[in-house]
Amino acid sequence: MSNILNLRHSVLPGFRLSFGITLFWLALIVLLPFAALVYSTIGMGWDGFAAAVSSERVLAAIRLSFATAGLSAIINLVFGFLVAWVLVRYPFPGKRLVDALVDLPFALPTAVAGIALTTLYAPNGWIGQYLVPLGIKVSFTPLGIIVALTFIGLPFVVRTVQPVLEDLEKELEEAATCLGASRWDIFRRVIFPATLPSLITGGTMAFARATGEYGSVIFIAGNIPMVSEIAPLIIVSKLDQFDQQGATAVALVMLGISFVFLLVINLIQWWAARRHGAR
Amino acid sequence: MSIEIRNIRKQFGQFTALDNVSLDIAAGELLALLGPSGCGKTTLLRIIAGLEKPDAGQVLFGGADATHTHVAERQVGFVFQHYALFRHMTVFDNVAFGLSVKPRRERPSPEEIRERVMKLLKMVQLDWLADAYPGQLSGGQRQRIALARSLAVEPKVLLLDEPFGALDAKVRKDLRRWLRDLHNDMHITSVFVTHDQEEALEVSDRVVVMDHGHIEQVGRPDDIYEHPATPFVTQFLGDVNLFHGRVDAGQLTIGSYAQALSQHQDADGDAAVAYVRPHDLDLSLQADGALAQGTVEHIHAVGPVVRVELQQADGHTIEAAVSKERFRALGIVPGDTVYVTPRKLAVFLKDAAGQQDYVI
Repeated sequence: MSNILNLRHSVLPGFRLSFGITLFWLALIVLLPFAALVYSTIGMGWDGFAAAVSSERVLAAIRLSFATAGLSAIINLVFGFLVAWVLVRYPFPGKRLVDALVDLPFALPTAVAGIALTTLYAPNGWIGQYLVPLGIKVSFTPLGIIVALTFIGLPFVVRTVQPVLEDLEKELEEAATCLGASRWDIFRRVIFPATLPSLITGGTMAFARATGEYGSVIFIAGNIPMVSEIAPLIIVSKLDQFDQQGATAVALVMLGISFVFLLVINLIQWWAARRHGAR
Repeated sequence: MSIEIRNIRKQFGQFTALDNVSLDIAAGELLALLGPSGCGKTTLLRIIAGLEKPDAGQVLFGGADATHTHVAERQVGFVFQHYALFRHMTVFDNVAFGLSVKPRRERPSPEEIRERVMKLLKMVQLDWLADAYPGQLSGGQRQRIALARSLAVEPKVLLLDEPFGALDAKVRKDLRRWLRDLHNDMHITSVFVTHDQEEALEVSDRVVVMDHGHIEQVGRPDDIYEHPATPFVTQFLGDVNLFHGRVDAGQLTIGSYAQALSQHQDADGDAAVAYVRPHDLDLSLQADGALAQGTVEHIHAVGPVVRVELQQADGHTIEAAVSKERFRALGIVPGDTVYVTPRKLAVFLKDAAGQQDYVI
């Protein structure tokens, strides 16, 4: 460490200044809000905290948030990989348009996405009217939440996997074929492991985004307590009732869980990177 | 296993990569496909491997038609210029790959795989790197691993696409010799593609010189070098000086220089080009029987031979390579006028098609 900080003769100038600004900026933008969150929660004492976060309704919401986020991330992993694969591998008319379409969930205001999805999937909506007779209810159920979260998470997976697939030389597959590998073997043993780190990254981002998603979910979810009420909504409604401490308590729990998830995923990535020859 | 290539044609859009190419490769031979980039050599190699489909023609392996056999069933080992190693696998797993993807019934036991892989790694002298990842190896090491990987499945044919193209000069030389030795030990039919004439001439049993989708000449390296069949081959195999003249009934005239030839007996005052390699030119201070004369421009005296650059009156340069002794005996300095006489020349008639001088 002292080595890094005492680079007197580094070729790149301005290390101290830029490092100082980096630390200051991270503290201001990232750490300070967290500290405020913790500080505010500490004020309510352990009993108040436990009471605020252990109510059935809060627990159900937190469980729902992470479960739907997880499921939508998994769906996005599968279909995002497919989309990236098609975009990289095959030339087809309108490819640029499709490529641009992938970014739409990024660019669209989330409330717009929520309204659009609700219009589609409401019992009298374009798609909903055909699904209801089949016994499938999308809007106002956890399924609707998954649909919304899948929508907003798609670009994360596609945009992280796409460049990696583009960089994957055709020769690798040719080499594997010459060695007698079947298509399935090539996918399983050559392509998939090479894209795994980017899949993990993309999946993590989609998951993280989905846990905190609010705008696109609340319309389609219907927000029925214990059924389709997500944790961010609990936080908002607590704030609406001027229960700021209660809101920060729930927020802190979500922060804790998210942190553990990210830590685990980072460990997995670190392990995967080591398998790649530590470069 | 022998390979026969019959009337192969391959087109990429408007570009003709291979135009009716036929070639016989004997079993156990080490053959070089030599030519400038875009001559179709890599396409031909990929068609032999089955990585590319010919538009017309046949590829026969050991007499049996393999044109429509899938790559995975052709039992060819292919080595790529940029190694194409699997980065997420250790060196060991890379080499073991071909064995481990075999159908369960044919797959050797893990112990057997281990034994065979280690044997191959010993053969390429890299057994101590079994647990390393490709990212940790040098270029030369990577290419040796790629070779070991392709040999693991005991291919009947080994195909190498510019195998040393991405390596630096010293490593390239070592690997060349090493490939030659390896081939002597294994005697597996091998075809390698290169644009480096030195490499082709040094390593292979036979060289196929290609240009513009055609085979220009096939022969033993010394044969090709001594008796190039076309102006292109002459120029591609090394530095050469051009002299324009005429041939009449086997008699070559270039300016005041005249020489009887063993070929072109039926030529009738045809325009011709004589090609002379720098080391086949002798320098002299006397004008008698000289082919041309020039003023000494540069003298490069590094190495065993002295290269002398002469400027002719018409602006063309002549390059001659003489021994150190000869150079000292002549005692020439820049600015001197010297005369050149050819020891050996290759003469080609400019045919009706208006064959142009090749520029490389």
